[in-house]
Amino acid sequence: MSPGLYIAQQIINGVSLGSLYALVAIGLSLVFGILRMTNFAHGDMMMVGAFAALTIGAAGVPFEWSLLGGIAIGALTGVIVERVAYRPVRGAADVTLLLTSLAVTYILENLGILLFTSSPHDFPIPEWLDSSYEFSDGQITFTQVNVLTVVLTGISLSLLGWFVTRTDMGLGMRAAAEDMQAANLVGLDVNKLIVIAFALASGFAGLAGVLWAAQAGVVEPSMGFTPLLKAFVAAIIGGFGSIAGALLGGYLLGALEVFIVAFLPSELSPYRDALVFSLLIAFLLFRPNGLLRTSREVKL
Amino acid sequence: MSGAVRLLAALIGLAVLAAAAIYAPAVLDDYMVRVLIVMCINAVLVSSLALGNGFTGVFSIGHVGFVAVGAYVSGILALPLEAKASLLPDLPSWLASWYIGFLPSTIAGGLVCVALAFAVGAPLMRLSGHFVSVATLGFLVIVNVVLINADDFTRGARTFTGIPMQTTLPWALGWLVVTLVVLARIVYAPTGRAYRAVREDTIAAQAIGLDVLPTRLSAFVLGAFFAGVGGSLYGHYLGSFSPKSFYLQYTFLLVSMLVIGGMGSLTGSIVGVIAVTLLSELLRNLERGMDIGPITVPPLYGAAQIVLGIIFIFFMIFRPSGALGDRELRLGWLLGRRNSSERT
Repeated sequence: MSPGLYIAQQIINGVSLGSLYALVAIGLSLVFGILRMTNFAHGDMMMVGAFAALTIGAAGVPFEWSLLGGIAIGALTGVIVERVAYRPVRGAADVTLLLTSLAVTYILENLGILLFTSSPHDFPIPEWLDSSYEFSDGQITFTQVNVLTVVLTGISLSLLGWFVTRTDMGLGMRAAAEDMQAANLVGLDVNKLIVIAFALASGFAGLAGVLWAAQAGVVEPSMGFTPLLKAFVAAIIGGFGSIAGALLGGYLLGALEVFIVAFLPSELSPYRDALVFSLLIAFLLFRPNGLLRTSREVKL
Repeated sequence: MSGAVRLLAALIGLAVLAAAAIYAPAVLDDYMVRVLIVMCINAVLVSSLALGNGFTGVFSIGHVGFVAVGAYVSGILALPLEAKASLLPDLPSWLASWYIGFLPSTIAGGLVCVALAFAVGAPLMRLSGHFVSVATLGFLVIVNVVLINADDFTRGARTFTGIPMQTTLPWALGWLVVTLVVLARIVYAPTGRAYRAVREDTIAAQAIGLDVLPTRLSAFVLGAFFAGVGGSLYGHYLGSFSPKSFYLQYTFLLVSMLVIGGMGSLTGSIVGVIAVTLLSELLRNLERGMDIGPITVPPLYGAAQIVLGIIFIFFMIFRPSGALGDRELRLGWLLGRRNSSERT
């Protein structure tokens, strides 16, 4: 096998994985940017989206529509959680917000267990999605799901980019992230902006959940946890709270994970997650504002 | 109270506890005794968690990582030699030919956690706020990954079994008393004031000459010691466990006990343990399914956890500092007397 093709294959894998991380990390960063809140329940929106798509799909609805349904129900769940759990504790200590989101995770995951049991469910994908491409005698392969992942991520991120730079609401959201009080003073409806941030973030997570399930072939109540942790790493690498940073961090992390498995000795592969979290800790220590960010927060 | 009276009261209290621990199994049924043992172990873990999370205000989610390390270290050390040869055939020879009893292996588990906490805490205690929580969660994941992959020592994801089930009620209660006495001596002394000063205002604490890092680190390391001890007790109570036993589910349980009881209070930790344990025992029926008159409720797996989560959120909204907050339950208060001693 030629090394050039091998590297090309790894880049394809990295881009596909990185797209998912980027989708989840951007949601984390959107919410953190506005509320300064570490939302542990974000990963569960993936689970909600995937189970919603599964349930809708089981009713005979075509995949395209159940995908949209997954996104919509993910977004809706995010908004409900914000209204019911996060808004009452807004403005409380960091730890209170964080613990509330931890409790929401616990509730949502157990709700998943209650409704769907804790064992994995098969996630059927339609025929048109269940195919793969091969080039150079099978030295480069990728699936239709990989293509869909990259395409949908590209579309959603372009829409997000347009939203935050070209629309009043998007600009308002960035203003609120910059300075919530000032945004309030100039007459922006901060509550509305926060709801929109949660809807966007959770919708992205719902999309990522459906795509994740389509790649893995299964859904289970605890499926959101690992991607959530990875998204934390991605968001922190890029600079927590920055959208561009989360995007960069997502793709960097995806590439890094694929390359750890592909190029480091195989004994290290099982320790991939441990290596990734060591990287997280290193970033928090030496570059807490991420690759893209200049120092803004007081750190003690 | 004068010194002599206090000492006498403490001795009488200890004697009563000892008698209760020894005679309780004769009076109570087996199930109750088991619940009591688990409560004592959880109280060790939650009060040691309170030391770092509550008193120094560095909210770690990685405590259960230390619990796991304590359980595995003491488990490996205390495994009888024959069992060691058959269950862990790939153990390095210096470990394979070694066997120590319950108490020394428990202390060894705690000490390994101390070393680990030094190594992990020295960098992590520089962080604050959400970042320390995310980073300690990362630590928990790393411990879990290492336990699953270090097959030679831990049997990987399979159940680690064969540990002598020696955690009786007197042992568990005894360790709880030791933990509480040590923690109370530290927390309600100048060291403890330094902890709270660092928590309340880091900059002001530095201005009066407190070193933030050593202050936080000492609490983290001491908390880790008792986490290791608690882990060993838990391991010797269960007899068999796997890396999954010491992961997110257990983390959330301990954190909810801590938060519901009150983070800045040792007696609050105990109140939290009792409250959450009672609640879980009551809700356990939900998981079994039951008959209410003519209606049959099917087993609702996860329902108990959902209720606990909702109660947790109610606490966050209406009483974020927990049932007791920074106060301690005092004997004088229990006896209905007004207490004039200092409150911080």
